[in-house]
Amino acid sequence: MDARHKLIDIAAFLDRVERAEGDADFRLEAFHVAMKRLDDKGKDRAQDVLMAFSDPTEEPIPVAPGKGACGAWPGESE
Amino acid sequence: MRFIEPHAHMVSRTTDDYADMATAGCVALCEPAFWAGFDRGSADGFRDYFRQLTEVEPRRAANYGIKHFTWLCINPKESEDMALAADVLSVIPEFMECPNVLGIGEIGLNKNSRNEIKVLQQHVDLAAAHDQLILVHTPHLEDKHKGTRLILDVLKYDSRINPERVMIDHVEEHTIGMVLDAGHWGGMTLYPESKCSPARAIDMVERFGSERLWWDAACDWGPSVPLAVPRTACEMRRRGHDESLIEKIIFENPKSFLSQNDRFQL
Repeated sequence: MDARHKLIDIAAFLDRVERAEGDADFRLEAFHVAMKRLDDKGKDRAQDVLMAFSDPTEEPIPVAPGKGACGAWPGESE
Repeated sequence: MRFIEPHAHMVSRTTDDYADMATAGCVALCEPAFWAGFDRGSADGFRDYFRQLTEVEPRRAANYGIKHFTWLCINPKESEDMALAADVLSVIPEFMECPNVLGIGEIGLNKNSRNEIKVLQQHVDLAAAHDQLILVHTPHLEDKHKGTRLILDVLKYDSRINPERVMIDHVEEHTIGMVLDAGHWGGMTLYPESKCSPARAIDMVERFGSERLWWDAACDWGPSVPLAVPRTACEMRRRGHDESLIEKIIFENPKSFLSQNDRFQL
């Protein structure tokens, strides 16, 4: 029941996004990529979803742009 | 049930929270220095904060029979300001001999910048020079995996650091393996919106075992639950786990790690 409840919440969120005006930001694209990991076989779906949102680069950034995280990696150009 | 809350920012919590935690079986808690939600203006602001952590909070906790311990640092969220960080690092030794200070923490990274890494290295150097335990904060959300890797590199580079004397907090499924493989301890932070849910924390114990792991609430001024650890213990019991395993995660493991400092006495 708990998982069903959470899945419907995600479905409703996506419906809400479709109803909204304006352009989607990079986080929605990352969200769709992460959702594809749910269909994977095996026991590492949680890890794979987390990695889909993660910064894949290895070097420190020159200066912190602020303090907060936004939930998905915006890419090198952001 | 008895438990140790190894990570709680009680300066942000009410006295009722102390009462609830004591009622639920909390016998000791540890309060790492952290970001106040705004940038402090000077090292004197930190000096006052460190007095609060070493003088005021132990008295508030004692009113409910809870032992209070603390960790000192400038949080990575304020590490971009190298001058302020240098000033604060010079203040920390004034408090290192206070009876409830367990070590340096919660240090680490926030956005994985070059200055944050320099300040992390300075904290590690301070800890090594004074033979202190280290408590590490790993970055949030999209920055966590990269930041955890960078932190492990900094710790590995300093040959004075014994991995078993370092707790890497806020691990999740994509970072717990690398932390344990490096010989460190790992903390799972039980938050209602980010970091780790009770169900996932129990999953990780089932998958990675119970060695060198603890749970914490990290309750602060944001969405967080001071009773997250005992509630997760109840969920673990509901799954049918043995009482001895539950006690290991919520009491024996934090006791083992923290007792590496002789000041940690229950």
